[in-house]
Amino acid sequence: MERFDPERRRVLKATAVAGSAVASAHLLLQAEAATASANATRLDTAATPHHDVRLRVNGTEHELRIDPRMTLLDTLRERLHLTGAKKGCDQGQCGACTVIVDGRRIASCLTLAVMQQGHEITTIEGLGTPRNLHALQAAFVKHDGFQCGFCTPGQICSATAMLQEIASGIPSHVTADLTRPPRSSILEFRERMSGNLCRCGAYSNIQQAIAEVAGVDADEIV
Amino acid sequence: MKSFSYERADSPAAAAAAAARVPGAKFIGGGTNLLDLMKLQIETPAHLIDVNDLGLDEIESTDDGGLRIGAGVRNTDLAADPRVRNDYAVLTRALVSGASGQLRNQATTAGNLLQRTRCPYFYDTNQRCNKRRPGSGCGALAGVSRQHAIVGSSDACIATHPSDMAVALRCLDAKVSTVRSDGTRREIPIEAFHRLPGDTPEREHDLAADELITAVTLPPPVGGTQLYRKVRDRASYAFALVSVAAIVHRDGRAQVALGGVAHKPWRVETAERELARGGDARTTAAALLAGARPTRDNAYKVTLVERTLAAVLAQARESGS
Ligand SMILES: Cc1cc2nc3c(=O)[nH]c(=O)nc-3n(C[C@H](O)[C@H](O)[C@H](O)COP(=O)(O)OP(=O)(O)OC[C@H]3O[C@@H](n4cnc5c(N)ncnc54)[C@H](O)[C@@H]3O)c2cc1C
Ligand code: SF4
Ligand code: FES
Ligand code: FES
Repeated sequence: MERFDPERRRVLKATAVAGSAVASAHLLLQAEAATASANATRLDTAATPHHDVRLRVNGTEHELRIDPRMTLLDTLRERLHLTGAKKGCDQGQCGACTVIVDGRRIASCLTLAVMQQGHEITTIEGLGTPRNLHALQAAFVKHDGFQCGFCTPGQICSATAMLQEIASGIPSHVTADLTRPPRSSILEFRERMSGNLCRCGAYSNIQQAIAEVAGVDADEIV
Repeated sequence: MKSFSYERADSPAAAAAAAARVPGAKFIGGGTNLLDLMKLQIETPAHLIDVNDLGLDEIESTDDGGLRIGAGVRNTDLAADPRVRNDYAVLTRALVSGASGQLRNQATTAGNLLQRTRCPYFYDTNQRCNKRRPGSGCGALAGVSRQHAIVGSSDACIATHPSDMAVALRCLDAKVSTVRSDGTRREIPIEAFHRLPGDTPEREHDLAADELITAVTLPPPVGGTQLYRKVRDRASYAFALVSVAAIVHRDGRAQVALGGVAHKPWRVETAERELARGGDARTTAAALLAGARPTRDNAYKVTLVERTLAAVLAQARESGS
Protein backbone atom coordinates (compact mmCIF):
# COMPACT_ATOMS: atom_id res chain seq x y z
CA MET A 1 0.00 0.00 0.00
CA GLU A 2 1.19 3.48 -0.80
CA ARG A 3 2.47 5.32 2.25
CA PHE A 4 0.51 8.45 3.19
CA ASP A 5 2.41 11.51 2.11
CA PRO A 6 1.13 14.83 3.44
CA GLU A 7 3.17 16.60 0.74
CA ARG A 8 1.32 14.74 -2.01
CA ARG A 9 -1.07 17.55 -2.90
CA ARG A 10 1.77 20.01 -3.30
CA VAL A 11 3.69 17.51 -5.44
CA LEU A 12 0.64 17.00 -7.65
CA LYS A 13 0.24 20.74 -8.14
CA ALA A 14 3.89 21.07 -9.11
CA THR A 15 3.54 18.21 -11.59
CA ALA A 16 0.58 19.91 -13.20
CA VAL A 17 2.62 23.06 -13.67
CA ALA A 18 5.65 21.27 -15.04
CA GLY A 19 3.52 19.15 -17.35
CA SER A 20 1.93 22.06 -19.15
CA ALA A 21 3.70 24.24 -21.68
CA VAL A 22 1.68 27.36 -20.95
CA ALA A 23 0.63 27.13 -17.31
CA SER A 24 2.83 28.87 -14.84
CA ALA A 25 2.45 28.44 -11.09
CA HIS A 26 1.06 31.95 -11.06
CA LEU A 27 -1.72 31.15 -13.54
CA LEU A 28 -2.61 27.98 -11.72
CA LEU A 29 -3.04 29.87 -8.48
CA GLN A 30 -5.20 32.45 -10.24
CA ALA A 31 -7.39 29.72 -11.63
CA GLU A 32 -7.76 28.22 -8.16
CA ALA A 33 -8.70 31.58 -6.72
CA ALA A 34 -11.31 32.10 -9.44
CA THR A 35 -12.93 28.72 -8.75
CA ALA A 36 -12.92 29.48 -5.05
CA SER A 37 -14.67 32.85 -5.48
CA ALA A 38 -17.25 31.30 -7.77
CA ASN A 39 -18.12 29.01 -4.89
CA ALA A 40 -18.36 31.83 -2.37
CA THR A 41 -21.83 33.12 -1.45
CA ARG A 42 -22.95 35.57 -4.10
CA LEU A 43 -23.23 39.06 -2.67
CA ASP A 44 -25.54 41.71 -3.98
CA THR A 45 -23.47 44.45 -5.60
CA ALA A 46 -25.12 47.38 -3.79
CA ALA A 47 -22.63 49.16 -1.57
CA THR A 48 -22.57 47.94 2.02
CA PRO A 49 -20.74 49.68 4.85
CA HIS A 50 -17.68 47.59 5.60
CA HIS A 51 -16.44 46.70 9.05
CA ASP A 52 -12.95 46.59 10.45
CA VAL A 53 -12.72 43.35 12.36
CA ARG A 54 -10.06 41.51 14.31
CA LEU A 55 -10.29 37.77 14.00
CA ARG A 56 -8.17 35.41 16.06
CA VAL A 57 -7.58 32.26 14.06
CA ASN A 58 -5.27 29.43 15.09
CA GLY A 59 -3.56 31.77 17.57
CA THR A 60 -2.92 34.59 15.07
CA GLU A 61 -4.74 37.95 15.06
CA HIS A 62 -5.93 39.16 11.66
CA GLU A 63 -7.18 42.66 10.95
CA LEU A 64 -9.61 42.71 8.09
CA ARG A 65 -11.98 45.13 6.45
CA ILE A 66 -14.98 43.09 5.47
CA ASP A 67 -18.49 43.26 4.09
CA PRO A 68 -20.83 42.24 6.95
CA ARG A 69 -22.37 39.66 4.61
CA MET A 70 -19.20 37.56 4.68
CA THR A 71 -19.79 34.31 6.53
CA LEU A 72 -17.00 33.04 8.75
CA LEU A 73 -16.46 30.24 6.22
CA ASP A 74 -16.03 32.59 3.24
CA THR A 75 -13.74 34.82 5.28
CA LEU A 76 -11.51 31.94 6.30
CA ARG A 77 -11.32 30.60 2.77
CA GLU A 78 -11.30 33.73 0.62
CA ARG A 79 -9.55 36.27 2.82
CA LEU A 80 -7.30 34.24 5.09
CA HIS A 81 -6.71 31.48 2.51
CA LEU A 82 -7.38 28.81 5.10
CA THR A 83 -9.07 26.44 2.68
CA GLY A 84 -9.25 23.44 5.02
CA ALA A 85 -12.84 24.16 6.03
CA LYS A 86 -14.97 23.24 3.01
CA LYS A 87 -18.20 24.57 1.59
CA GLY A 88 -20.40 21.56 1.02
CA CYS A 89 -23.91 22.95 1.26
CA ASP A 90 -23.67 26.48 2.73
CA GLN A 91 -26.90 25.67 4.62
CA GLY A 92 -25.79 24.00 7.84
CA GLN A 93 -26.70 20.58 6.50
CA CYS A 94 -23.39 18.80 5.82
CA GLY A 95 -20.77 19.76 8.42
CA ALA A 96 -17.92 20.19 5.89
CA CYS A 97 -17.39 23.75 7.17
CA THR A 98 -17.07 22.74 10.84
CA VAL A 99 -14.56 24.80 12.82
CA ILE A 100 -14.00 25.14 16.55
CA VAL A 101 -14.84 28.42 18.29
CA ASP A 102 -13.92 28.77 21.96
CA GLY A 103 -13.62 24.99 22.15
CA ARG A 104 -16.99 24.31 20.52
CA ARG A 105 -17.69 23.04 17.04
CA ILE A 106 -19.92 25.19 14.85
CA ALA A 107 -21.02 25.36 11.23
CA SER A 108 -18.94 28.27 9.91
CA CYS A 109 -21.29 28.75 6.93
CA LEU A 110 -24.11 29.86 9.26
CA THR A 111 -22.35 32.59 11.18
CA LEU A 112 -21.02 35.97 10.08
CA ALA A 113 -17.36 36.87 10.48
CA VAL A 114 -18.38 40.15 12.15
CA MET A 115 -20.12 38.09 14.84
CA GLN A 116 -16.95 36.17 15.68
CA GLN A 117 -14.72 38.97 16.94
CA GLY A 118 -13.14 38.33 20.32
CA HIS A 119 -13.43 34.57 19.95
CA GLU A 120 -10.74 31.94 19.56
CA ILE A 121 -11.24 30.23 16.18
CA THR A 122 -9.51 26.96 15.38
CA THR A 123 -9.55 25.43 11.91
CA ILE A 124 -8.11 22.14 10.73
CA GLU A 125 -4.90 24.05 9.89
CA GLY A 126 -4.56 24.88 13.59
CA LEU A 127 -5.20 21.38 14.91
CA GLY A 128 -2.11 19.74 13.50
CA THR A 129 0.51 20.12 10.79
CA PRO A 130 1.66 17.63 8.16
CA ARG A 131 4.79 16.97 10.23
CA ASN A 132 2.96 16.94 13.55
CA LEU A 133 -0.49 15.47 13.06
CA HIS A 134 -3.25 15.75 15.64
CA ALA A 135 -4.12 12.34 17.12
CA LEU A 136 -7.39 12.25 15.16
CA GLN A 137 -5.65 13.21 11.91
CA ALA A 138 -3.18 10.38 12.39
CA ALA A 139 -6.00 7.96 13.21
CA PHE A 140 -7.97 9.01 10.10
CA VAL A 141 -4.87 8.24 8.01
CA LYS A 142 -4.29 4.92 9.74
CA HIS A 143 -7.92 3.77 9.38
CA ASP A 144 -8.54 5.21 5.91
CA GLY A 145 -11.20 7.53 7.35
CA PHE A 146 -11.81 9.13 3.95
CA GLN A 147 -11.87 8.62 0.23
CA CYS A 148 -12.05 11.99 -1.58
CA GLY A 149 -11.21 13.87 1.62
CA PHE A 150 -13.68 16.70 1.10
CA CYS A 151 -15.56 16.12 4.34
CA THR A 152 -12.43 15.23 6.32
CA PRO A 153 -11.40 18.61 7.82
CA GLY A 154 -14.97 19.03 9.06
CA GLN A 155 -15.09 15.47 10.37
CA ILE A 156 -11.85 15.91 12.29
CA CYS A 157 -12.72 19.32 13.78
CA SER A 158 -16.14 17.96 14.68
CA ALA A 159 -14.76 14.77 16.25
CA THR A 160 -12.18 16.72 18.28
CA ALA A 161 -14.83 18.93 19.86
CA MET A 162 -17.30 16.04 20.09
CA LEU A 163 -14.96 14.04 22.35
CA GLN A 164 -14.62 17.14 24.50
CA GLU A 165 -18.42 17.42 24.70
CA ILE A 166 -18.65 13.89 26.08
CA ALA A 167 -15.79 14.59 28.51
CA SER A 168 -17.59 17.68 29.81
CA GLY A 169 -20.80 15.73 30.39
CA ILE A 170 -23.06 17.08 27.63
CA PRO A 171 -25.84 14.55 26.93
CA SER A 172 -27.00 13.38 23.49
CA HIS A 173 -30.13 11.86 21.99
CA VAL A 174 -28.84 8.35 22.80
CA THR A 175 -27.73 9.05 26.39
CA ALA A 176 -30.04 6.72 28.30
CA ASP A 177 -29.65 8.17 31.78
CA LEU A 178 -29.70 11.96 31.88
CA THR A 179 -28.81 12.07 35.57
CA ARG A 180 -25.33 10.65 34.89
CA PRO A 181 -22.49 11.89 32.69
CA PRO A 182 -22.53 10.23 29.25
CA ARG A 183 -20.01 7.49 28.53
CA SER A 184 -18.00 7.23 25.31
CA SER A 185 -19.41 4.50 23.06
CA ILE A 186 -19.82 3.77 19.37
CA LEU A 187 -23.51 4.57 19.71
CA GLU A 188 -22.70 7.99 21.19
CA PHE A 189 -20.13 8.73 18.47
CA ARG A 190 -22.55 7.81 15.69
CA GLU A 191 -25.32 10.01 17.05
CA ARG A 192 -23.02 12.93 17.85
CA MET A 193 -21.29 12.85 14.46
CA SER A 194 -24.58 12.83 12.50
CA GLY A 195 -24.06 16.48 11.55
CA ASN A 196 -21.09 15.49 9.38
CA LEU A 197 -22.05 13.83 6.15
CA CYS A 198 -19.60 11.84 4.02
CA ARG A 199 -20.64 11.47 0.41
CA CYS A 200 -18.02 8.73 -0.04
CA GLY A 201 -19.52 6.76 2.82
CA ALA A 202 -16.32 6.37 4.83
CA TYR A 203 -18.41 6.24 7.99
CA SER A 204 -17.26 2.90 9.37
CA ASN A 205 -13.58 3.86 9.04
CA ILE A 206 -14.24 7.29 10.53
CA GLN A 207 -15.91 5.51 13.44
CA GLN A 208 -12.86 3.29 13.90
CA ALA A 209 -10.51 6.27 13.89
CA ILE A 210 -12.54 8.09 16.52
CA ALA A 211 -12.91 4.93 18.61
CA GLU A 212 -9.16 4.38 18.63
CA VAL A 213 -8.43 7.92 19.81
CA ALA A 214 -11.15 7.67 22.47
CA GLY A 215 -9.97 4.24 23.61
CA VAL A 216 -13.29 2.55 22.82
CA ASP A 217 -13.67 -0.92 21.31
CA ALA A 218 -14.62 -0.22 17.69
CA ASP A 219 -16.31 -3.60 17.33
CA GLU A 220 -18.72 -2.93 20.18
CA ILE A 221 -22.23 -3.97 19.12
CA VAL A 222 -24.50 -1.00 18.56
CA MET B 1 -27.54 38.02 0.15
CA LYS B 2 -29.04 41.51 0.08
CA SER B 3 -26.86 44.12 1.68
CA PHE B 4 -27.55 45.14 5.26
CA SER B 5 -25.92 47.16 7.98
CA TYR B 6 -24.80 45.50 11.20
CA GLU B 7 -24.44 46.47 14.82
CA ARG B 8 -23.71 44.62 18.01
CA ALA B 9 -25.96 45.76 20.86
CA ASP B 10 -24.65 45.66 24.44
CA SER B 11 -27.91 45.65 26.41
CA PRO B 12 -31.52 44.52 25.87
CA ALA B 13 -32.63 48.19 25.95
CA ALA B 14 -30.07 49.12 23.29
CA ALA B 15 -31.12 46.19 21.09
CA ALA B 16 -34.82 47.09 21.31
CA ALA B 17 -34.02 50.78 20.67
CA ALA B 18 -31.99 49.91 17.59
CA ALA B 19 -34.88 47.81 16.26
CA ALA B 20 -37.26 50.75 16.74
CA ARG B 21 -34.82 53.15 15.07
CA VAL B 22 -34.05 51.26 11.85
CA PRO B 23 -36.95 50.11 9.65
CA GLY B 24 -36.52 46.52 8.48
CA ALA B 25 -34.14 45.63 11.31
CA LYS B 26 -33.89 42.09 12.70
CA PHE B 27 -32.19 40.55 15.70
CA ILE B 28 -29.64 37.84 15.06
CA GLY B 29 -28.87 35.16 17.65
CA GLY B 30 -27.02 32.07 16.45
CA GLY B 31 -27.93 32.98 12.88
CA THR B 32 -28.54 29.35 11.92
CA ASN B 33 -32.02 30.02 10.58
CA LEU B 34 -31.86 33.70 9.68
CA LEU B 35 -28.64 33.51 7.62
CA ASP B 36 -29.87 30.44 5.79
CA LEU B 37 -33.01 32.35 4.76
CA MET B 38 -31.04 35.52 3.97
CA LYS B 39 -28.81 33.65 1.52
CA LEU B 40 -31.97 32.63 -0.32
CA GLN B 41 -33.34 36.19 -0.04
CA ILE B 42 -36.41 34.84 1.72
CA GLU B 43 -35.43 37.13 4.59
CA THR B 44 -34.03 40.51 3.54
CA PRO B 45 -33.40 42.58 6.68
CA ALA B 46 -31.97 46.07 6.12
CA HIS B 47 -30.16 45.99 9.44
CA LEU B 48 -28.96 43.22 11.75
CA ILE B 49 -28.76 43.67 15.48
CA ASP B 50 -26.45 41.12 17.02
CA VAL B 51 -27.96 40.03 20.35
CA ASN B 52 -25.11 37.77 21.46
CA ASP B 53 -23.67 40.34 23.88
CA LEU B 54 -26.73 41.23 25.96
CA GLY B 55 -25.89 39.24 29.06
CA LEU B 56 -28.90 36.97 28.44
CA ASP B 57 -26.99 33.72 28.63
CA GLU B 58 -27.73 32.63 32.19
CA ILE B 59 -30.13 30.00 33.53
CA GLU B 60 -31.38 31.11 36.94
CA SER B 61 -33.68 29.59 39.54
CA THR B 62 -36.78 31.72 40.19
CA ASP B 63 -38.23 32.57 43.61
CA ASP B 64 -41.10 30.11 43.18
CA GLY B 65 -38.72 27.25 42.34
CA GLY B 66 -38.95 27.48 38.56
CA LEU B 67 -36.24 28.28 36.04
CA ARG B 68 -35.59 31.42 34.04
CA ILE B 69 -33.71 30.68 30.80
CA GLY B 70 -31.98 33.64 29.16
CA ALA B 71 -32.93 34.20 25.50
CA GLY B 72 -29.31 33.80 24.46
CA VAL B 73 -28.66 30.46 26.20
CA ARG B 74 -27.38 27.99 23.60
CA ASN B 75 -29.42 24.85 22.98
CA THR B 76 -26.42 22.74 24.07
CA ASP B 77 -26.10 24.52 27.41
CA LEU B 78 -29.82 24.36 28.10
CA ALA B 79 -29.92 20.63 27.36
CA ALA B 80 -26.88 19.99 29.58
CA ASP B 81 -27.96 22.05 32.60
CA PRO B 82 -28.29 19.68 35.59
CA ARG B 83 -31.55 21.33 36.74
CA VAL B 84 -33.08 20.81 33.31
CA ARG B 85 -31.83 17.22 33.06
CA ASN B 86 -33.21 16.32 36.47
CA ASP B 87 -36.45 18.31 36.67
CA TYR B 88 -37.42 19.08 33.07
CA ALA B 89 -36.06 16.03 31.24
CA VAL B 90 -38.61 16.41 28.44
CA LEU B 91 -36.85 19.65 27.49
CA THR B 92 -33.38 18.09 27.40
CA ARG B 93 -34.77 15.15 25.40
CA ALA B 94 -36.42 17.46 22.88
CA LEU B 95 -33.35 19.67 22.48
CA VAL B 96 -30.89 16.85 21.89
CA SER B 97 -33.19 15.31 19.28
CA GLY B 98 -32.95 18.48 17.19
CA ALA B 99 -30.43 19.53 14.51
CA SER B 100 -26.74 18.56 15.03
CA GLY B 101 -24.06 19.10 17.66
CA GLN B 102 -22.67 22.02 15.68
CA LEU B 103 -26.04 23.74 15.28
CA ARG B 104 -27.07 23.22 18.91
CA ASN B 105 -23.85 24.98 19.93
CA GLN B 106 -24.96 28.00 17.88
CA ALA B 107 -28.75 28.03 18.29
CA THR B 108 -30.24 30.25 20.99
CA THR B 109 -33.44 29.79 23.00
CA ALA B 110 -35.15 32.78 21.35
CA GLY B 111 -33.94 31.92 17.85
CA ASN B 112 -35.16 28.35 18.22
CA LEU B 113 -38.67 29.56 19.13
CA LEU B 114 -38.75 31.90 16.15
CA GLN B 115 -37.26 29.57 13.53
CA ARG B 116 -39.39 29.43 10.41
CA THR B 117 -41.02 26.48 8.70
CA ARG B 118 -39.05 23.94 6.65
CA CYS B 119 -41.85 23.64 4.05
CA PRO B 120 -39.92 23.02 0.80
CA TYR B 121 -42.20 25.39 -1.14
CA PHE B 122 -41.41 28.14 1.34
CA TYR B 123 -37.70 27.51 0.73
CA ASP B 124 -37.96 27.38 -3.07
CA THR B 125 -38.44 30.95 -4.26
CA ASN B 126 -39.69 29.71 -7.65
CA GLN B 127 -42.76 28.20 -5.99
CA ARG B 128 -45.97 29.76 -4.84
CA CYS B 129 -46.16 30.30 -1.11
CA ASN B 130 -48.58 32.46 0.88
CA LYS B 131 -46.19 32.60 3.79
CA ARG B 132 -43.28 33.91 1.74
CA ARG B 133 -45.35 35.96 -0.73
CA PRO B 134 -48.84 36.61 0.67
CA GLY B 135 -51.56 36.00 -1.91
CA SER B 136 -49.41 33.93 -4.27
CA GLY B 137 -51.09 30.62 -3.35
CA CYS B 138 -49.90 27.54 -1.49
CA GLY B 139 -47.59 25.26 -3.44
CA ALA B 140 -47.86 22.50 -0.86
CA LEU B 141 -51.65 22.21 -0.94
CA ALA B 142 -51.47 21.56 -4.66
CA GLY B 143 -48.22 19.61 -4.46
CA VAL B 144 -46.36 17.17 -2.24
CA SER B 145 -47.46 17.55 1.37
CA ARG B 146 -46.03 14.53 3.12
CA GLN B 147 -44.31 16.61 5.82
CA HIS B 148 -47.12 19.07 6.37
CA ALA B 149 -49.72 19.85 9.03
CA ILE B 150 -52.81 17.78 9.72
CA VAL B 151 -54.46 19.99 12.36
CA GLY B 152 -55.00 23.72 12.76
CA SER B 153 -54.12 24.33 9.12
CA SER B 154 -56.01 26.63 6.75
CA ASP B 155 -56.72 26.87 3.03
CA ALA B 156 -53.90 29.39 2.87
CA CYS B 157 -51.14 27.32 4.51
CA ILE B 158 -50.50 23.82 5.83
CA ALA B 159 -46.95 24.37 7.11
CA THR B 160 -45.66 22.95 10.40
CA HIS B 161 -43.51 24.60 13.04
CA PRO B 162 -40.21 22.71 13.02
CA SER B 163 -38.95 23.27 16.58
CA ASP B 164 -38.57 20.31 18.93
CA MET B 165 -37.74 22.56 21.89
CA ALA B 166 -41.03 24.46 21.54
CA VAL B 167 -43.03 21.22 21.83
CA ALA B 168 -41.40 20.46 25.19
CA LEU B 169 -41.93 24.06 26.33
CA ARG B 170 -45.64 23.72 25.49
CA CYS B 171 -45.84 20.58 27.58
CA LEU B 172 -44.12 22.42 30.46
CA ASP B 173 -46.37 25.55 30.30
CA ALA B 174 -43.43 27.90 29.74
CA LYS B 175 -43.78 31.67 29.44
CA VAL B 176 -41.89 33.94 27.03
CA SER B 177 -40.67 37.31 28.39
CA THR B 178 -40.15 40.28 26.11
CA VAL B 179 -39.18 43.94 26.27
CA ARG B 180 -39.85 46.81 23.82
CA SER B 181 -37.98 50.01 23.08
CA ASP B 182 -40.32 52.04 25.32
CA GLY B 183 -39.45 49.71 28.20
CA THR B 184 -42.79 47.80 28.12
CA ARG B 185 -42.39 44.22 29.27
CA ARG B 186 -44.80 41.32 28.89
CA GLU B 187 -44.96 37.60 29.55
CA ILE B 188 -46.62 35.53 26.85
CA PRO B 189 -47.83 32.02 27.74
CA ILE B 190 -46.33 29.58 25.26
CA GLU B 191 -49.77 28.47 24.04
CA ALA B 192 -50.42 32.02 22.86
CA PHE B 193 -46.95 32.61 21.44
CA HIS B 194 -47.20 30.97 18.01
CA ARG B 195 -50.16 31.68 15.72
CA LEU B 196 -52.16 29.36 13.52
CA PRO B 197 -51.88 30.26 9.82
CA GLY B 198 -55.48 31.35 9.13
CA ASP B 199 -55.52 33.94 6.31
CA THR B 200 -52.19 35.42 7.37
CA PRO B 201 -49.60 32.61 7.35
CA GLU B 202 -46.85 35.23 6.99
CA ARG B 203 -47.50 36.25 10.60
CA GLU B 204 -46.20 33.52 12.87
CA HIS B 205 -46.32 35.40 16.19
CA ASP B 206 -47.58 38.70 17.60
CA LEU B 207 -44.24 40.22 18.55
CA ALA B 208 -43.75 43.86 17.54
CA ALA B 209 -40.74 44.73 15.36
CA ASP B 210 -38.91 46.25 18.35
CA GLU B 211 -39.90 43.46 20.76
CA LEU B 212 -36.92 41.50 22.03
CA ILE B 213 -37.28 38.13 23.71
CA THR B 214 -35.31 38.25 26.94
CA ALA B 215 -36.12 34.93 28.60
CA VAL B 216 -38.25 31.81 28.75
CA THR B 217 -39.53 30.88 32.21
CA LEU B 218 -40.47 27.41 33.40
CA PRO B 219 -42.87 26.90 36.32
CA PRO B 220 -41.70 24.83 39.31
CA PRO B 221 -40.98 21.18 38.43
CA VAL B 222 -44.05 18.95 38.12
CA GLY B 223 -42.26 15.59 38.38
CA GLY B 224 -43.70 12.63 36.49
CA THR B 225 -42.01 10.57 33.81
CA GLN B 226 -40.86 12.96 31.09
CA LEU B 227 -40.39 11.65 27.57
CA TYR B 228 -39.88 13.01 24.07
CA ARG B 229 -40.26 10.67 21.15
CA LYS B 230 -39.46 11.91 17.66
CA VAL B 231 -40.31 9.93 14.53
CA ARG B 232 -38.37 10.97 11.42
CA ASP B 233 -37.01 9.73 8.12
CA ARG B 234 -33.52 9.14 9.60
CA ALA B 235 -32.52 8.10 13.11
CA SER B 236 -30.70 11.40 13.59
CA TYR B 237 -30.36 14.90 12.09
CA ALA B 238 -33.82 15.16 10.55
CA PHE B 239 -36.93 17.16 11.36
CA ALA B 240 -39.87 15.43 13.00
CA LEU B 241 -42.61 13.83 10.96
CA VAL B 242 -44.42 13.42 14.28
CA SER B 243 -43.13 13.96 17.79
CA VAL B 244 -44.73 13.46 21.20
CA ALA B 245 -43.65 15.31 24.33
CA ALA B 246 -45.23 13.83 27.43
CA ILE B 247 -45.17 14.16 31.20
CA VAL B 248 -46.96 11.18 32.66
CA HIS B 249 -47.91 11.02 36.33
CA ARG B 250 -48.48 7.98 38.53
CA ASP B 251 -52.18 8.77 38.97
CA GLY B 252 -52.81 8.70 35.22
CA ARG B 253 -52.76 12.43 34.65
CA ALA B 254 -50.53 13.56 31.80
CA GLN B 255 -49.47 16.56 29.78
CA VAL B 256 -49.04 15.77 26.09
CA ALA B 257 -47.93 18.01 23.22
CA LEU B 258 -47.36 17.06 19.60
CA GLY B 259 -44.78 18.29 17.11
CA GLY B 260 -44.77 17.92 13.33
CA VAL B 261 -48.54 18.13 13.02
CA ALA B 262 -49.41 21.84 13.14
CA HIS B 263 -48.25 25.42 12.67
CA LYS B 264 -47.46 25.46 16.41
CA PRO B 265 -46.84 22.89 19.15
CA TRP B 266 -50.17 21.08 19.48
CA ARG B 267 -51.77 20.47 22.87
CA VAL B 268 -55.45 19.79 23.63
CA GLU B 269 -56.78 19.89 27.19
CA THR B 270 -59.77 17.59 26.48
CA ALA B 271 -57.33 14.91 25.29
CA GLU B 272 -55.49 15.13 28.61
CA ARG B 273 -58.78 14.76 30.50
CA GLU B 274 -59.48 11.70 28.38
CA LEU B 275 -56.14 10.20 29.45
CA ALA B 276 -56.74 11.01 33.13
CA ARG B 277 -60.10 9.19 32.86
CA GLY B 278 -58.21 6.09 31.77
CA GLY B 279 -58.41 6.63 28.02
CA ASP B 280 -55.94 4.80 25.80
CA ALA B 281 -53.74 6.01 22.94
CA ARG B 282 -56.56 5.57 20.42
CA THR B 283 -59.17 7.67 22.19
CA THR B 284 -56.59 10.23 23.31
CA ALA B 285 -55.14 10.60 19.82
CA ALA B 286 -58.67 11.01 18.49
CA ALA B 287 -59.24 13.87 20.94
CA LEU B 288 -55.86 15.42 20.10
CA LEU B 289 -56.58 15.33 16.39
CA ALA B 290 -60.28 16.25 16.48
CA GLY B 291 -61.06 18.24 13.34
CA ALA B 292 -57.90 17.05 11.58
CA ARG B 293 -57.75 17.79 7.86
CA PRO B 294 -54.92 15.62 6.53
CA THR B 295 -54.02 15.60 2.84
CA ARG B 296 -53.68 12.40 0.84
CA ASP B 297 -49.90 12.60 1.32
CA ASN B 298 -49.88 13.05 5.08
CA ALA B 299 -52.88 11.01 6.24
CA TYR B 300 -50.31 8.54 7.60
CA LYS B 301 -49.55 11.06 10.36
CA VAL B 302 -52.95 10.40 11.94
CA THR B 303 -51.97 6.77 12.49
CA LEU B 304 -48.43 7.73 13.41
CA VAL B 305 -49.61 10.05 16.19
CA GLU B 306 -51.69 7.27 17.72
CA ARG B 307 -48.85 4.74 17.53
CA THR B 308 -46.19 7.14 18.81
CA LEU B 309 -48.43 8.11 21.70
CA ALA B 310 -49.04 4.41 22.47
CA ALA B 311 -45.28 3.82 22.52
CA VAL B 312 -44.70 6.79 24.82
CA LEU B 313 -47.44 5.70 27.24
CA ALA B 314 -46.05 2.16 27.30
CA GLN B 315 -42.56 3.49 27.97
CA ALA B 316 -43.89 5.66 30.79
CA ARG B 317 -45.62 2.66 32.39
CA GLU B 318 -42.42 0.62 32.08
CA SER B 319 -40.28 3.25 33.75
CA GLY B 320 -42.76 3.07 36.63
CA SER B 321 -44.40 6.44 36.66
C1 LIG C 1 -29.61 21.47 8.90
C2 LIG C 1 -30.50 21.92 10.03
C3 LIG C 1 -31.22 20.98 10.75
C4 LIG C 1 -32.03 21.37 11.79
N1 LIG C 1 -32.75 20.43 12.48
C5 LIG C 1 -33.57 20.82 13.48
C6 LIG C 1 -34.35 19.87 14.20
O1 LIG C 1 -34.30 18.67 13.94
N2 LIG C 1 -35.16 20.33 15.20
C7 LIG C 1 -35.24 21.66 15.52
O2 LIG C 1 -35.97 22.01 16.44
N3 LIG C 1 -34.52 22.58 14.84
C8 LIG C 1 -33.70 22.18 13.84
N4 LIG C 1 -32.99 23.13 13.15
C9 LIG C 1 -33.27 24.54 13.39
C10 LIG C 1 -32.44 25.17 14.49
O3 LIG C 1 -32.87 24.65 15.73
C11 LIG C 1 -32.68 26.67 14.40
O4 LIG C 1 -32.05 27.14 13.24
C12 LIG C 1 -32.15 27.42 15.61
O5 LIG C 1 -32.76 26.98 16.79
C13 LIG C 1 -32.36 28.90 15.45
O6 LIG C 1 -31.72 29.58 16.52
P1 LIG C 1 -30.69 30.77 16.21
O7 LIG C 1 -30.28 31.35 17.51
O8 LIG C 1 -29.62 30.33 15.32
O9 LIG C 1 -31.70 31.77 15.46
P2 LIG C 1 -31.40 32.94 14.42
O10 LIG C 1 -31.22 32.36 13.09
O11 LIG C 1 -30.38 33.86 14.95
O12 LIG C 1 -32.81 33.70 14.50
C14 LIG C 1 -34.04 33.10 14.15
C15 LIG C 1 -35.14 34.15 14.31
O13 LIG C 1 -35.24 34.55 15.66
C16 LIG C 1 -35.14 35.97 15.78
N5 LIG C 1 -34.48 36.24 17.06
C17 LIG C 1 -33.29 35.75 17.50
N6 LIG C 1 -33.06 36.14 18.77
C18 LIG C 1 -34.13 36.91 19.15
C19 LIG C 1 -34.49 37.60 20.35
N7 LIG C 1 -33.72 37.58 21.44
N8 LIG C 1 -35.67 38.26 20.38
C20 LIG C 1 -36.48 38.28 19.29
N9 LIG C 1 -36.18 37.66 18.14
C21 LIG C 1 -35.03 36.98 18.07
C22 LIG C 1 -34.35 36.40 14.58
O14 LIG C 1 -34.61 37.74 14.23
C23 LIG C 1 -34.85 35.43 13.52
O15 LIG C 1 -36.06 35.89 12.99
C24 LIG C 1 -32.14 22.76 12.12
C25 LIG C 1 -31.40 23.69 11.41
C26 LIG C 1 -30.60 23.30 10.37
C27 LIG C 1 -29.83 24.33 9.62
S1 SF4 D 1 -47.74 25.25 3.33
FE1 SF4 D 1 -47.47 27.40 3.94
S2 SF4 D 1 -45.26 27.63 3.84
FE2 SF4 D 1 -45.73 25.82 2.57
S3 SF4 D 1 -46.16 26.59 0.48
FE3 SF4 D 1 -48.11 26.57 1.53
S4 SF4 D 1 -48.25 28.67 2.27
FE4 SF4 D 1 -46.09 28.35 1.88
S1 FES E 1 -21.11 24.00 4.29
FE1 FES E 1 -21.64 24.49 6.33
S2 FES E 1 -22.78 22.74 6.91
FE2 FES E 1 -22.46 22.39 4.80
S1 FES F 1 -14.31 11.29 2.09
FE1 FES F 1 -15.41 11.99 0.36
S2 FES F 1 -17.07 13.00 1.31
FE2 FES F 1 -16.15 12.03 2.99
